[in-house]
Amino acid sequence: MKRAFPILGLLTAVLLTYGLYQALVVAPTERTMGEVQRIFYYHVPSAWTAFLLFFINFIASVQYLVRPKEFADRLAKWVAVAIGVLACVAAFVIKPMPYGIEPSSVATTGIAITAMYFIIRKLFSAAATDALAVVTAEVGVVFCTVVLVTGPLWARPVWGIWWTWDVRLTSTLLLWLIYVSYLMLRRFSSSGQTPVLAAALAVFGALDVPLVYFSIWFFRTQHPQPVIGGGGSIDHRMLHALLINWLAFLLFAWMVCWSRYRLEMLHRDVEEFQALEALR
Amino acid sequence: MNFLYAAYAATWIIHITYLAILMRRYSRLRDEIEVLKKQK
Amino acid sequence: MSAPSGLTRATLAKDLRLEWRSKDAINAMLFFALLVVVIFSFSFDPTAEESRHIAGGLVWVAFLFAAVVALNQTWARELRNQVLDAYRVSPAPANSLFLAKALGNFIFVSVLEGLMTPLFIVFYNLRALGPAYQLAFVAVLGTWALVVNGTFFAAVSVRTRSREIMLPLLLFPISIPAVLAMVQATNSILTGDFSAKFWIVLLVAYDLVFTTGCLLLFEKVLNAE
Repeated sequence: MKRAFPILGLLTAVLLTYGLYQALVVAPTERTMGEVQRIFYYHVPSAWTAFLLFFINFIASVQYLVRPKEFADRLAKWVAVAIGVLACVAAFVIKPMPYGIEPSSVATTGIAITAMYFIIRKLFSAAATDALAVVTAEVGVVFCTVVLVTGPLWARPVWGIWWTWDVRLTSTLLLWLIYVSYLMLRRFSSSGQTPVLAAALAVFGALDVPLVYFSIWFFRTQHPQPVIGGGGSIDHRMLHALLINWLAFLLFAWMVCWSRYRLEMLHRDVEEFQALEALR
Repeated sequence: MNFLYAAYAATWIIHITYLAILMRRYSRLRDEIEVLKKQK
Repeated sequence: MSAPSGLTRATLAKDLRLEWRSKDAINAMLFFALLVVVIFSFSFDPTAEESRHIAGGLVWVAFLFAAVVALNQTWARELRNQVLDAYRVSPAPANSLFLAKALGNFIFVSVLEGLMTPLFIVFYNLRALGPAYQLAFVAVLGTWALVVNGTFFAAVSVRTRSREIMLPLLLFPISIPAVLAMVQATNSILTGDFSAKFWIVLLVAYDLVFTTGCLLLFEKVLNAE
C-alpha cells in the first residue's frame, strides 16, 4: 500500500499537468465567452468532486449510525440495494425522462450508489467510517470553496454579475455552509460524542439538500433571474479536456483524502495511547 | 483574461494552503510522538 | 395513560409551570423581540411602499432571532441539575423528552410571535391583500420547522464549547429552505401577487422530514458519550 502512494502521486501530477495543457491550449476557444470560458475546465470537475466527496460523507455517516444496531444495519443495506434496483427499473420504465435526463445516467448513478455503500462497508470498520466522514467533509469543503471562488470569477466577465441566487449556485453555497458547520461542530465538541453528533448533522444536511433544491427552483420560477452557465451541446474536444481534468482532480482528491486519512488514524492512535497512559 | 488566470491561481492557492495545513498538523503530531517516546 | 405520553405531558407541564413562575426566558425573549422590531424599523424604512414586499422577510428574521434566544435555554436548566443524566438512565423513551421540549419551545415561540405580530402590523401598517387565513398555516408550520430542528440542535450544541453560538451556526444553514418558504408564503399572502400553496406544501414536507429525522436520531444524540 505504501509503495503505491508515490506512484499514484506522480500519476496525479502528470494527469493534472496534462489536464492544464488540455484546458489552456488544446481545447478550442469558446465562441461567445472567449478565453475566460476555460475556467469551466476547473470549475466543473471541482464541483463534481466536491459533491462526490460529500456523498461519501453521507454514506459514511449513515453507516456510523446504523452499523452498531443489527436491525438498522440490515435495513440500510436493503435500502442501498433498493436504490440501485429502482434506478435501473426507472431507467427502463420512465420514457421519456423528465428534464432531458439520460436514462443510462440514472441507472449508472443508482448502481454507483449501491456499489459505493457496500465497498465502503467492506473497506472500513464501523469506527473507521467516522474517520472517513471527517476526511471527506474536509476535502469536500476545500473543493467546494474552489467551486464558489472560480464560479464568480467566471460569471463576472461573462455575465456581468458576481453572483445570482439561482438553483445551482444557492444549493452549492448551502452545501458549503452545512459542511462548514459540520466541521465547526467537530472542532467544538469533546471527542467522546463528536462522531455521533457529527453523523446526525451530516444526515440532516443530506435530507436538506433536495428540499433546498426544490425551494430555490420554485422560487426561481416565480422570480426569474439570470441563470449562470447554460446547457447545450459541447464540442468533443472540450468534453475531452473536461473529462481529463475531472479524472485528474478525482485522483488528486483521492491522494489528499488518503493523506488526510493517514493523518487522522495517526492522530487517533496517539490519543488512544495518551488515554491509556493517563489511566495508568 | 485576468479572471482566467485568477481562477486557476485561486484554485491552486486553495489546494496548496490546505496541503500546507495538513503538513503542519503532521509535523506537530510527529513532535508529539517524539515526546511520548522519550517519556517511555 | 401510556408511559411515554405521560412523561411528555409531565415534562411539558413542569417546564411551563417553571417558566410561568419565574418568567425568565419569556421576559428576555419579549424585550429582545421588541428591540429587533424597532431596529428593523430604523434600518428598513417602513413607510415605503416596498415594505409590503419585504415585510415577510423582516417578520420571520425577527422571529428566527427571538426563537434562537428561546432555544438556547432549552436544555440549560436540565444540564445545571444533572437531569439529563437521570433521563438517560431512566427507561423512558428519549422521544418523550424531545417532544416535551419541542412542544414547550413551540408554545414559547408562538406566544412571542403572538405578541410581536401586532407590533409589526402597527409599525409597518401591514394589511393582507391575499387570503389572510393562510397566514395561520404558515405561522404554525413555520414555527414548528424552526422549533423542531432548533430543539434538536440545542441538544447537540449543549455539549460543545461556545454552545450559544453553536446553535445558530448549526440551525441556520439547515433551516434555509424553511425560512425561504415562510418568507415567500408570507410575502405572497401580504401582496396577493402569488399563491402561497407551493410554499405551504414545502413547509409540510420539511416538517414531516425533519420531525421524523429528529425523532429517529434524538436517542442517539442524548446518549452520545
